[in-house]
Amino acid sequence: MTAMTTPDLAGPGGHHDVSEARKLAMWAFLGSEVLLFGSLITTFLLYRTRVGDGPSAAEIFDIPFTSISSFILLMSSLTMVLGHHSWERKDWRQMRVWLLATAGLGMIFLAGQVFEFTEFVHEGLTVSTSPFGSAFFVLTGFHGLHVAVGVMMLMATAIMGFTGKLREDGGMNVGLVGLYWHFVDVVWIVIFTVVYLLAV
Amino acid sequence: MATLTPQAPSPASTAAPGRGGIWEWITTTDHKKIGILYGFSSILFFVVGGVEALFIRLQLAVPNGEILSADAYNQMFTMHATTMVFLVVMPIASAFANYFLPLQLGARDVAFPRLNAFSYWLYLAGALFLTVSFFVGGGADGGWFGYAPLSTQVTEVVRMDYWSLGLQVLGVASIASSVNFITTVLTMRAPGMTLMRMPVFSWMVFIISFLLLFSLPMVTVGLIQVFLDRNIGTLFFDAANGGDPVLWQHLFWLFGHPEVYVLILPAMGIVSEVLPTFARKPLFGRSFVIFSGIAIGFMGFGVWAHHMFTSGLGPVAEAAFALTTMFIAVPTGVKIFNWLGTIWGGSLELNTPMLFSLGFIFLFVIGGLSGVTHSIVPADSQQHDSYYVVAHFHYVLFGGAIFGIFSGIYYWFPKVFGKLLNERIGKVNFWLMFIGMNLTFAPMHVLGLNGMPRRTYRYAEGLGLDVWNLVATIGSLVLALGIAVFLYNGWRTFRKGEVAGPDPWDARTLEWTTSSPPPEHNFDRIPVVHHEDDFWHQKYTTDEEGRAVAIPADLRPVVAEGPDEDIHLPSPSYHPALAGLGIFVMLLGLVYVPWGLIAVGVGGIGFLWGMFGWSLEPLVRGDH
Amino acid sequence: MTEAAHPPHPTPRDYWLIAVVLAVITAAEVAVAYIGVDVVKVPLLFAMAFAKFVIVVGWYMHLRYEKKAYRRLFYLGLIAAPILFGVVLFSFGVLIGS
Repeated sequence: MTAMTTPDLAGPGGHHDVSEARKLAMWAFLGSEVLLFGSLITTFLLYRTRVGDGPSAAEIFDIPFTSISSFILLMSSLTMVLGHHSWERKDWRQMRVWLLATAGLGMIFLAGQVFEFTEFVHEGLTVSTSPFGSAFFVLTGFHGLHVAVGVMMLMATAIMGFTGKLREDGGMNVGLVGLYWHFVDVVWIVIFTVVYLLAV
Repeated sequence: MATLTPQAPSPASTAAPGRGGIWEWITTTDHKKIGILYGFSSILFFVVGGVEALFIRLQLAVPNGEILSADAYNQMFTMHATTMVFLVVMPIASAFANYFLPLQLGARDVAFPRLNAFSYWLYLAGALFLTVSFFVGGGADGGWFGYAPLSTQVTEVVRMDYWSLGLQVLGVASIASSVNFITTVLTMRAPGMTLMRMPVFSWMVFIISFLLLFSLPMVTVGLIQVFLDRNIGTLFFDAANGGDPVLWQHLFWLFGHPEVYVLILPAMGIVSEVLPTFARKPLFGRSFVIFSGIAIGFMGFGVWAHHMFTSGLGPVAEAAFALTTMFIAVPTGVKIFNWLGTIWGGSLELNTPMLFSLGFIFLFVIGGLSGVTHSIVPADSQQHDSYYVVAHFHYVLFGGAIFGIFSGIYYWFPKVFGKLLNERIGKVNFWLMFIGMNLTFAPMHVLGLNGMPRRTYRYAEGLGLDVWNLVATIGSLVLALGIAVFLYNGWRTFRKGEVAGPDPWDARTLEWTTSSPPPEHNFDRIPVVHHEDDFWHQKYTTDEEGRAVAIPADLRPVVAEGPDEDIHLPSPSYHPALAGLGIFVMLLGLVYVPWGLIAVGVGGIGFLWGMFGWSLEPLVRGDH
Repeated sequence: MTEAAHPPHPTPRDYWLIAVVLAVITAAEVAVAYIGVDVVKVPLLFAMAFAKFVIVVGWYMHLRYEKKAYRRLFYLGLIAAPILFGVVLFSFGVLIGS
């Protein structure tokens, strides 16, 4: 509906550039994901002070810890974009290194989240303690799920890079994985502010 | 790199070599076959939803009905609405969109054929999942908009688990196909097919794809929250512990109102194709029809809270949403006048597709007007949850969407199957449905204003509700007869229908330039488009007074000297269906945690296998 | 038909520089979070999160180098979300109440 002046991407003879089409589709999907995380964040904003008898955000958050894990996720965007850059230059060796580094940073972030969740449960905050607990765990858990999917895609892409199965026209390519990964990172930028920093 | 001989003689011979029958349908990535799959599945569920409706009407035929228990009645009205909205009207629009979007754009397929197949299998998985719940503890019973706490109260029964999971999967299927259609429109149009030259039906598909893309994620989150509230003890909608059920209402209607336009816009697109064809005039104010469609798309996101006028939003929000609701009637009204302008002074051919389109206009105007009455908050507070509302949305959904869809079926059936549906039987079909529809739903206006609440399974004698309820039930039987006549017509046509030829209606858009049914590659040569209604301009020119004059066949511009040399078609693949099956098994497992976790694992492996196989296999047939 | 004036893509050097900027903003965010006055803190935090968001989307995701169609698809979601959810939160009194 915005596309009134959209450039005509169709090539001559009805052939179209598959990787361009994929990128376009990925952006559309990410537009949709904005609304998904928007709904979860809205739920959190509505419930952030409804703590019932359970601990409140200010009591339970460990801001220094979360800042470090946020920083790690942020830096994984750097390794991702460097991997993307090597992919464009067809430097497969470098690309694998950066992709695996990105996946590694993602896993560190996930490990941090698992640690954080266990701590919170020990301190008495579970999904059924209060609406705040429900909203917190579901929002950050959902984001964690996205990170996990991203890690899987990164590993798969890197492994396909090893075995030579990574094809230019393959369904999964570094360009798409990169977009997805950066988006997941961007969502965390918002979550870090809205969920954690506002609670200090 | 394999190329296909363009003179592929019949669809049967284009199957994957050595395979045929069901396997061919399971592995198909052809947008036309997927369209047919969508079509048949939704007709099947149309019958299921219709039977559920008949149960409701039989129960209400006389006071103190004895046919259904209160519990069974709850299941019937919930599943009737869920089935009709998500398993019938949405997928049948998807059937038309799949089949005709590429043909109208002059393309050989959609942008992502395997994703397209995956959407279908996901839809089927979700649809079967919702329906099997009848056999394992009962169908969903919390109403189609599943207000908490009706949807979240935890009982021994898993009904609303089936509902919340099933709808989520259907949502994912729709998001996937929306992404697909948007990309198709933006990247696959034939040379010269600018956006403004795109047929109106394709435009409406484009618009609803945006509506679905941005509205479905919100209800997805709501459904996840419902599922978690029921299963792991979150408190999202638990008012006793600080949760807020009104949040669910927002999340649902933020999706639910754009959804209303998702249901009606494809029908409006169909009507905008049928009227010009049979009035033998171009669509009046074509760009207005398109732009009002876009306006409806945007405004459709700004009216959701008019479903919640009795939820206590406060006067500011109520006034604001009352205004936006009145405003959205404007672009809808614009379209009505455009259609009237199209038939004004045309030489009308009153055949079955045209009758259904005219019926659409008539009934949709009634439903639209009763809809505007809901924008007035004090009046709405009286009408809310009464049969008046039921009457309103059946006029727009049955009189609107379904009549538009039937118009589309009669219009495009010859293109899809190569045979014309019988006209005489078609007219009987139309009049039975038209009369039955009005007999069923017009009395509900009166019933509602006389105070009959919706979703009550019994009413006492002597409340003044008896007569009109009986009339409505009789009407529903007439309606059912009409549908039966339609099914008979389809069955008869398959056996001995009149052969249609490529262009039986002397129509205007590109899908009619190719054979009926079209070859697997759609067009021997990708068309080059010079006009709106390009096919019309290939056949006709105008004289000095603006009258259409047919161009003799031998003087028409030569479109193609020969077939394109390399035609790439997507290769068949079983991976989308495997991934869909995996999802189905996972869903079943999720309902029966902890033992079901085994099924979740098995299904998960199937799903991942499908996805990875999909990303690794070659894209184009024979291309290694 | 592609847009003629694409700015040149960033180089790895640019990517590293951007990472440094992002790191600095993050450090500033954490520091600001400990300011006690909400009227100062909240707008600052949102501004900095927004800046990081724009940097990652624009440069790392190359959105500013992409075709208009891509940008608009994403912007639609990005514009819709705050408006819709703003209205929802407003109707709950969250935005004005607290």
